[in-house]
Amino acid sequence: MTPKSLTIALAGNPNAGKTSIFNHITGTRQKVGNWPGVTVEKKEGTIHRYGYELKIIDLPGTYSLTPFSIEEIIARDFILEASPDVVVDIIDASNLERSLYLATQLRELDCKVIFCLNMADVARARGIKINAKKLSELLDVPVLFTVGNKNEGIEDLLKAAIELAESEVLSTGKRRVRYRADIEKAIAEIETVLNADLGAEIPYNTRWTAVKLIEDDAIVKERIQQLAGQQGERIVETVRQQREILIRLFAEEPEILTTDERYGFIAGIVKEVHATAIQKRVDISRNIDLVLTNRFVGFPIFILFIWVMFQATFTLGAYPMDWIDAGIRGLTLLLDGILPDSLIKELLLDGIIAGVGSVIVFLPNILILFFFIAIFEDTGYMSRAAFLMDKIMHLIGLHGKSFIPMLMGFGCNVPAIMAARTLESEKDRILTILITPFMSCSAKLPVYIVLAGAFFGPRAGTVIFLIYLLGIVLSIATGRLFRSTLLRGADAPFVMELPPYRVPMFKSLTIHMWDRSKIFLRKMGGIILVGSVVVWCLTAFPRQVSFSIDYDARIQKIEQAYQAYQPPKQLNLSSEMETRKDQEIQQLRAAKAAERAEKSLMGRLGAAIAPFFQPLGIDWKGGIALLTGFVAKEIVVSTLGVLYAADDVSEPGALEKALLASKMTPLTAFAMMIFVLLYLPCIATVAAIRRETGSLSWMIFSIAYTTSVAWIMAFLVYQGGKLIGFA
Amino acid sequence: MLLSEMKEGESCRITRIGGNGALRRRILEMGLLKDSEIYVEKYAPLKDPVELIVKGYHVSLRVTEAAQIRVEKI
Repeated sequence: MTPKSLTIALAGNPNAGKTSIFNHITGTRQKVGNWPGVTVEKKEGTIHRYGYELKIIDLPGTYSLTPFSIEEIIARDFILEASPDVVVDIIDASNLERSLYLATQLRELDCKVIFCLNMADVARARGIKINAKKLSELLDVPVLFTVGNKNEGIEDLLKAAIELAESEVLSTGKRRVRYRADIEKAIAEIETVLNADLGAEIPYNTRWTAVKLIEDDAIVKERIQQLAGQQGERIVETVRQQREILIRLFAEEPEILTTDERYGFIAGIVKEVHATAIQKRVDISRNIDLVLTNRFVGFPIFILFIWVMFQATFTLGAYPMDWIDAGIRGLTLLLDGILPDSLIKELLLDGIIAGVGSVIVFLPNILILFFFIAIFEDTGYMSRAAFLMDKIMHLIGLHGKSFIPMLMGFGCNVPAIMAARTLESEKDRILTILITPFMSCSAKLPVYIVLAGAFFGPRAGTVIFLIYLLGIVLSIATGRLFRSTLLRGADAPFVMELPPYRVPMFKSLTIHMWDRSKIFLRKMGGIILVGSVVVWCLTAFPRQVSFSIDYDARIQKIEQAYQAYQPPKQLNLSSEMETRKDQEIQQLRAAKAAERAEKSLMGRLGAAIAPFFQPLGIDWKGGIALLTGFVAKEIVVSTLGVLYAADDVSEPGALEKALLASKMTPLTAFAMMIFVLLYLPCIATVAAIRRETGSLSWMIFSIAYTTSVAWIMAFLVYQGGKLIGFA
Repeated sequence: MLLSEMKEGESCRITRIGGNGALRRRILEMGLLKDSEIYVEKYAPLKDPVELIVKGYHVSLRVTEAAQIRVEKI
């Protein structure tokens, strides 16, 4: 017998501890996806408990159910359309009054609700006593206490949810918000028309529908008009009349009136259920904030935190990075010894392992970066960062919260673009997504290190810093440009809660970190794998190349010559000779590989695109390297390695030496670094842009825009530099 | 006076909320209503946004948004 399945939706304000309750219920059995058609994260998990199969859905955190932001629309639609068996409203017990706003709205919808007073311990510590029985009576819903981060009360919550789902009693309307007489009259009028014209066809609770129509709710209005067809006109007309009457009476829009009334209703409830009045918050959290958002030390501390994050990401991450690197090299050597020479072996070693290996070494960096970001989010510091940064970000026409995706862009653009989801307004989101690729991601760093290391020696650090700075400056310029042209319009209200600081839970930190790193790993398995294979094919074919010199014959000749020459034993030259021989052979082999690359499909492609790069001072080899960088930016380095015939891993600094010996100059290296900084994002980022903007045209626009900016900037630097006299 | 004219550490009561539809509604939904009491906790280091305590929780508004709210000092 299959167990009966029940759907339980978790609703609640942001920061009410919804996620920690969800994590405790579902543990690791959770699925993270997207709500259909939009870019808001959807979390769900299925568990088996008390003979039932419980499907838990974590609705987006919202303060209200007005269709104001995507999150609110999703939460409301889910409750209305998917009709979960029970909705659990998770309420921050220490913040009862504001939390009850969403609660009363849920109460107005026709669904079975449980109120879960979470963080009861925090509330108690603050001297807040809530009379749950009274609250339950007043609102006619079950009320429970939980402490989400200590896993207290969760089982009771599940039991209560099952019990409520199985109960026959439908919630009665009597404990809902009553509006003042004039509004009630308007509601009644509209209800009459709705009943007359639509009757049983009304998709939602009639009273609720009438209230929403009075509030001029666009979504409900459209739905009713669709359903009503011919009679739609009459309904719309009645609503318009009633709205006008109310506006005349109160000189105020009806939706403002209803909000006011709900809070009035809540104030009454709060008075009855609060045993003690809320004291002004003189608590630890407020004291921490006095320091962290202090006028003088707020910014220095913020910069310090960011610095620590990046230091940890790169220096701490360097150790596991070395281990992974060693592991990959070991694997390559092992397979090299075992497998017989064949095309498959070449594909496996030079294509797949080398390609994926060069990217997977960044996994430790990504894990550490996301661990820090999870700490910032879970402690509540993230909203302080937005509070500190808003003024600056607002200059670019962005919200303080945009700082976070932009900052993450320094790590990896893919999660950064996904982090733009936290922004409420679509324009803010798209603008943030468009400028994030200018934040130089960590994958570009190896390219800078090689180029700057080779050509700028001790000044490499400064040059790399300049590159990063240029990216920031261009993102600001782009932001301002687009805000005043393509994405004009008032930005969304800033109004943002600053939740109390909390000690993060290790479990939730790791879940956060892992969720995001999974995205990176999936990128490895999919796109990077395919990309590496494609790049390898382009360099490995055609198999038969007619070389200008018969390298193999030369190598043989050298070997024979050394063998034939027997130096007098007493001089003891054999070891020196041996090195010289190896060097000569090595040189020939490298020259052969380089010529092979030049005559491969990739080489021909490079010749074809050479005119595009020529005005930038980048030769065909650089051009090809940049082209392969579309797969992943790190590949630019490995392609340069192949093309400059320095793929000898045993010798550190080989590529730098080869580059110095080539026709490249500091100026062309600088132009190339600028191009790498700005040109089209890697394929995974492009895919993320497509998904997160939900539009192919924004993706194409982003590719075209970044590449044009890159070309123009590199052109200006190279040609300008030549004019001033740098070679 | 306007909420944006209040200094850190001062308390006031809302007398009127102006502003356009979306902003106004959001402000109301966050519990800043007529007659609500507000404590001005602090301004951000760059003088914008401002952090308020209302109904026992902390919320921040941009100064331009706070300028839409008329208050009387208490």
